[in-house]
Amino acid sequence: MTAANVLLVVLILAALGYILGRRRALRLVKGDPRKLHSLPGYYGWNGAMFTALPALFVMVVWLFLRPVLIERSVGEMVSDAMIPEGSSHSLVMSDVRRVAEGLDRAVANGTLRADEADALVDGLSAVRDRLTALGIAIGSNVPEETTTLAQAFRHKTAAGNTTMAGIVVLLALAGFGYAVLRTSPEFRARNSVEQGLKLLLILCSVIAIATTAGIVFSMLFETANFFKQYSWTEFFFGTTWSPNFRGNSDLGMLPLLWGTLYISLIALLVAVPIGLFAAIYMSEYASPKFRSVAKPLIEVLAGIPTIVYGLFALVTVGPMLRDYFAQPLGLGESGSSVMTAGLVMGIMIIPFVSSLSDDIINAVPQSLRDGSFGLGATSSETIRQVVIPAALPGIVGAVLLAASRAIGETMIVVLGAGAAARMDLNPFEAMTTITVKIVSQLTGDTDFAAPETLVAFALGLTLFVLTLGLNVLALVIVRKYREQYE
Amino acid sequence: MTDLSTNANAGQPKASLLAADARTMRRNKAEARFRAYGLGAVIVALLALAMLLISIFGNGLSAFTQTRVHLPVTIAEAIVDKKGTRDPEVMKKVTTIGYGKLIKAAMVDLIAKEGIVIEGLSDKDAEAIISKEAAATLRDEVLANPDLIGQTVTFDLLANGRIDGYFKGRVSMESAELDSNVSPAQLHLADALKDKGYLSKTFNLDFITAPDASDQRPEAAGLGVAILGSVYMMLVVLLLAPPIGVAASIYLEEFAPKNKFTDLIEVNIANLAAVPSIVFGILGLAIFINFAGLPQSAPIVGGLVLTLMTLPRVIIPARAALKAVPPSIRDAALGVGASKMQSVFHHVLPLAAPGILTGLIIGLAQALGETAPLLLIGMVAFVREYPGAPFDGLFDPASALPVQVYNWTQRADPAFVERASGAIIVLLAFLVVMNTLAIILRRRFERRW
Repeated sequence: MTAANVLLVVLILAALGYILGRRRALRLVKGDPRKLHSLPGYYGWNGAMFTALPALFVMVVWLFLRPVLIERSVGEMVSDAMIPEGSSHSLVMSDVRRVAEGLDRAVANGTLRADEADALVDGLSAVRDRLTALGIAIGSNVPEETTTLAQAFRHKTAAGNTTMAGIVVLLALAGFGYAVLRTSPEFRARNSVEQGLKLLLILCSVIAIATTAGIVFSMLFETANFFKQYSWTEFFFGTTWSPNFRGNSDLGMLPLLWGTLYISLIALLVAVPIGLFAAIYMSEYASPKFRSVAKPLIEVLAGIPTIVYGLFALVTVGPMLRDYFAQPLGLGESGSSVMTAGLVMGIMIIPFVSSLSDDIINAVPQSLRDGSFGLGATSSETIRQVVIPAALPGIVGAVLLAASRAIGETMIVVLGAGAAARMDLNPFEAMTTITVKIVSQLTGDTDFAAPETLVAFALGLTLFVLTLGLNVLALVIVRKYREQYE
Repeated sequence: MTDLSTNANAGQPKASLLAADARTMRRNKAEARFRAYGLGAVIVALLALAMLLISIFGNGLSAFTQTRVHLPVTIAEAIVDKKGTRDPEVMKKVTTIGYGKLIKAAMVDLIAKEGIVIEGLSDKDAEAIISKEAAATLRDEVLANPDLIGQTVTFDLLANGRIDGYFKGRVSMESAELDSNVSPAQLHLADALKDKGYLSKTFNLDFITAPDASDQRPEAAGLGVAILGSVYMMLVVLLLAPPIGVAASIYLEEFAPKNKFTDLIEVNIANLAAVPSIVFGILGLAIFINFAGLPQSAPIVGGLVLTLMTLPRVIIPARAALKAVPPSIRDAALGVGASKMQSVFHHVLPLAAPGILTGLIIGLAQALGETAPLLLIGMVAFVREYPGAPFDGLFDPASALPVQVYNWTQRADPAFVERASGAIIVLLAFLVVMNTLAIILRRRFERRW
């Protein structure tokens, strides 16, 4: 029974639970709903809930755990003798999985009967040819043991699925019986349903935590694998980045970090003055009419996908900077450069700076301005000497948020900054960033045992920690500041 | 009395109140300067927006038209159906190379018929002004309709990318001299054909519906698979993000006790909204592909990753919308005997719905334009097959609109820049529609309490 079928059965049972629960409640009071504790519908929902929720919960847990459990139990069957020279346990396992998948597909589209798939060992080569003819490659150098393991893999999966289906349906039936039998006029069906609903709500809000945990653990785990193969001091303090898929790579992070920070710095140099002055003009000078047109237009900049900025950098800004600045000044020949990426990224984060600063400047109490005007100060003097100092912590928070956005930005730098890892001061040289290297190490053919691939997780973790730090700092500052005037 | 008047005379201001003194003038100038800086900043930001849009539209609008050659092709039985069976199964043995010969013959005939004489133009060059994709188009047509065999039918065939570029101003006679892929003679031929009405630029529906094409045929590349992939991913997001997001915000806003745990959830959500999108890609790769064993390049994985990314962006505005419903509504519901749950689901939620929906649409629009996480879960693969119908189709490989843009920027032929910009116009059109919807919703249904 497939998962979809099991789901269907559970849902049908739940619908039955609703109908029977409701009907039983009404029958017990001879059709007079006034004698029931809750509205009749709640008795129905109670039935449906007890039928579906525990069963579906078990099913979801199984679907998540299945790969791990089966992997482990088959993995134990791999003997050391089976691992060829220069290979590893995980490579053998991935072979096993591939063969099992190939068999599954062959059975699914009718090339093989299920019993043929089990008896594969006898005529391995013949079957392999048939599979290859169908576009299912199971490799020519797969030893017999792997095929045996693949069959074990399939059997365990099938057995596991059957057990799971049995347990889920039994659970659904048990819940169904329990709920229907428990139905009586005094039974507080509404409270019971609401308890269940609340549990569901809590579960949904926990997903946020699960996501963070997923991010942290998936990266921590692979990063730990990486540091087993590569020294962490060389990663954090190495100054050369030259990955080599035959091994022996230099994976020093500093050139990437330098590129990231340099580009973000240029982006902030563009965005902070423009964003800040725009915010000041919008909140202190602009007429409501001008504001109602210009503010949404600036915010459009924040809604444009980053790939659009990337293309803009690649096609327009890069060549322009090269032809009018870099080449005449003799600073570089490359269209993709720190300047290109920084400039375009600066445009992208203008709205982050401007709308946050705008909110913060608006939150400064009017009485401060009135006091300053009363002393005879002009608007600009008031802004420079009263409003901005009062809003400064909030503005710093906004800038930090913008910085974290710039550091984590990917598409603009992938298309605009280039791929050469170097530490240089010339902004018209192509440099590269952490995010660019995450993309280049994790796309294409990847081998999750090699440090050249795993380094992407270490880079990801570094990026995560860096941006998280900035965000938390910014949030703390902004929150502190808000309290000040509330 | 006299004292006073003399004092008044003595203390007479050096300057009139009406004429500004030097210091005031300096201050006023500083004021004007400051104001100009502010206006300048706004104008610079708007100019940047304008430049961005002009650049994209300038490069991309031409992707929606395509140069086509209206070529009368005689479908010779001797080539496509030697045995004369008219059986598509038998005719399938003739590859596109055979159909290429038909096109070549048709081109040579046409040049002879119209009396076009161009120096240094070989038959092979003449054929090459038609796209390499044309033979496949012709083959599909003939296989679908074997009755055409033996007749002379006029087909609208794609012109080669360079010829198309010539009519869009990308290729000139001078650049053709240096280009090994196109010669000035071919351009002269194209001009001649255009004069005789055999060649014209028409609206390019294939750009929106056709699948991607290989490096050598930018003229045939389309967005069909990418749009379908994006739609599938949005389907997954739409199925998962709203219920989970709304449930989470209801819990946090209406039920959660103030304690360490709910504080943790709140800080978490605020931070998740600011985590770089590429980190979600790493999560998707590690959890959904490596751990749970879902297929690479599949819209289901993309949809799940985008759902996780969208959730905080749905929860934050949804909570604001719930918070904006005044407590009196809740009190009134509780006062007439509703339970807490009933007051929320029957009264607060419907009143907050427009705000929640607005946030949801904006979150979806952001998810639609997201590229970086999709690169990591293998959506960059070259996919020419349309994915199947949902839900099985969710597990088929597909591309996505923003990723297709990235993909095209990585190709050598400059014609792909036009394609990429055109794809962005399609993407922006989707975003404009979604955001307009959000604005309309907000304008029509938003209540101020």
